[in-house]
Amino acid sequence: MKHTSNAFRFTATTASLALLLASLQVPPSQAAGKIQIVTATSDLAALAQEVGGDRVEVESIARGYQDPHFVEAKPSFLLKLRKADLLIVVGLELEIGWLPPLINQSGNPRIQVAAPGYFDASRFAEILEIPKGVVTRAEGDVHPLGNPHYWLDPANGQRIAKGIADRLSEMRPADASYFEQRYQAFTKRLQEEDQKWVAEMKPYAGRKVVTYHRSWPNFAKHFDLDVVGYVEPRPGIPPSPSHTLELIQLMKRENIKVIMVEPYFDLKTPKAIARDTGAQVVVMMPSVGGEKEITDYFKLFDYDIALLKKAFDATH
Amino acid sequence: MKNAMVLACALLVLPGALSAQDASKESAEAKREDRLKTLEEQVRALAAEVEALRGELKTARESAANAPATRPKLVLASAPYARESAEAAATPGPPQGSSTAQTQVFGGATSNAKLLNPDISVIGDFLGTAGNNSIRPVRSLEMHESELGLQAIIDPYARGDFFLSFGEQGVNVEEGYLTFTSLPGGFVAKVGKMRAAFGKVNTIHNHALEWTDRPMVTDNLLGGEDGIDDAGLSVTRILPAPKWIFMEATGQVFRGDSSTVFQSVTHKDVSYVGHLRAYKDLSESTNVDIGASYSRGHSAAGADLITLPSNFHTDLYGMDATFRWKPLRRAIYHSFLARSELVWSQRDQLSPLSLFQTQRAFGFFTSGEYRLTRRWTMGGRFDRTGRAQQANLTDTGFSALLTYWPSEFSQIRGQYRFARYAEGTDGSELRFQFLFVLGAHGAHPF
Repeated sequence: MKHTSNAFRFTATTASLALLLASLQVPPSQAAGKIQIVTATSDLAALAQEVGGDRVEVESIARGYQDPHFVEAKPSFLLKLRKADLLIVVGLELEIGWLPPLINQSGNPRIQVAAPGYFDASRFAEILEIPKGVVTRAEGDVHPLGNPHYWLDPANGQRIAKGIADRLSEMRPADASYFEQRYQAFTKRLQEEDQKWVAEMKPYAGRKVVTYHRSWPNFAKHFDLDVVGYVEPRPGIPPSPSHTLELIQLMKRENIKVIMVEPYFDLKTPKAIARDTGAQVVVMMPSVGGEKEITDYFKLFDYDIALLKKAFDATH
Repeated sequence: MKNAMVLACALLVLPGALSAQDASKESAEAKREDRLKTLEEQVRALAAEVEALRGELKTARESAANAPATRPKLVLASAPYARESAEAAATPGPPQGSSTAQTQVFGGATSNAKLLNPDISVIGDFLGTAGNNSIRPVRSLEMHESELGLQAIIDPYARGDFFLSFGEQGVNVEEGYLTFTSLPGGFVAKVGKMRAAFGKVNTIHNHALEWTDRPMVTDNLLGGEDGIDDAGLSVTRILPAPKWIFMEATGQVFRGDSSTVFQSVTHKDVSYVGHLRAYKDLSESTNVDIGASYSRGHSAAGADLITLPSNFHTDLYGMDATFRWKPLRRAIYHSFLARSELVWSQRDQLSPLSLFQTQRAFGFFTSGEYRLTRRWTMGGRFDRTGRAQQANLTDTGFSALLTYWPSEFSQIRGQYRFARYAEGTDGSELRFQFLFVLGAHGAHPF
């Protein structure tokens, strides 16, 4: 009987506590120091750092050399998320396989979906490859809302930076002029760098390339490349022998000499295709931090464009 | 004579009059013809104008159809696909958003209303078994489970998750709970029916397991496939801990009805579950996850008794450990997972001589799984466990597994399972499983 009475008291106490907690208002962020930012990918972290300067602390969940579709929802990420004032996500269901449970378990009201500390960068970017008509899994791991690899276009980088600057200004009105100044400086430098990148890529305008995954539509559009085939038969589906043969025939027919591969894919099939077609396999970095020297958003394009130029020149 | 003269005059005048009348008629006809010609010309001109307008409209439609859906304003002056003024370039263009894909909506007129429907998924779990097992026989072929998942954010403060399990025996609400995600103090609370946080495997749905079955210790000490799964409340919070160590505590109160483990007679016969979890990243590729669990509830053995049924309890103690290795650069090709759980059970019951007794049983499993390639995984499991109601009877078994993944959304698995039961009987079975996912199934916690 002693156990049952204890049990009843415990239940009543727990239920009361739950009701009390549920009825409390969610407190606003009281952080007086730096704004704590957690981003889904390292590119968004780089953009947030550009705009936030020394008024923010930024951490990324995914690494630059990691496939952002398949990040493990490790509990250690919860330690970052529970303190975050702002969570910046790629969106378009890129992180659907790992981020929602982390947000739910974080116990942080500030970064819940649609809360002021939740920032979906895709809402500020130009999105390509939005499927039209009925979408089914017969097309592979297709993203119904459009291709989520949009940060690989400097124009989108600027749009996202503007969105982050505005959000930071809303969170810290006292620092609004600082964030605006940082954004303007970033824009100026980005425009200058972009003129240089476009000039460097101009001799290769219209070149046809093959990529492993559909990671490069925004990059290809901005730098006027023509992606005519993929190593994957469908997004997320590993290469099959029949598709590989078709791709080899296509590359021979169209005289395609460059295969762009992300660092997290196996090189066995791309190398086999390259041997048959005389093409070069280029391990492109889709994100900041993919290599040690890619420490910011500018160096990401510097790195990839240098690789591409070298490959085009070598195979011309 | 006079009449003749009048007639002659009339005859002389009549041709003239007639000719004058003919002339006026011709003039009127000419006017009519002119007018008709004018009208015809006007009609032709109008027809030509209409044709021209049609052409312009067609051209405009075609150009609109061929143009990019929404070409954004140029942001950078150097962008190759458009040029705009420096003023326009200083302001980022609006994001594209008008064009979206359609989901498979067959309701037509109500499609807009469906936008707020929850994420819906169905996971099919088909099992086949060959071989012999006289102690715990299973069907040769069965649609073991069809799990319907309905998941959505309810409001800014909570989300809801329902998992309905359709088996060949009927329908069961495997889980259906409300999660309060915006509580102060870092608390996360759940209300509803849920799998209890006792160990790891008890929280995992069938389709997310590394095997086609559950470990023997789950069958013998934790109530079988459904495990500890009950209606109640749950509160979880991350605890303060040394840097880079994640610690989390979970406290749960349930009604007290869970398979054969717990059974309540009165409202006061609730059961409790407590779980303490510690996690550490050993490197960016490896991590270890350790947990300790405790649960107490009323034993089903006392439910049929008239006197003092509440004196019969079941106490469960558990330890779980998981080690993971997954290199980030090759995460989709290679990984390793080792898992083990130990469970101690103390069950109050009546002996065959109707004497009060407590059966103390112990069981464990240990398993490993290695991803060979993107599509192939191999693994194994060892089981050894006593039985909750007869602790002196021990069952032992092992399994070898091979899994093939055509894509992220389907899986084919084979498992050879050997069991040596306490009765001295062996079971030897070859099981195969087809798992397939329809729709948007939300990710499960790590």
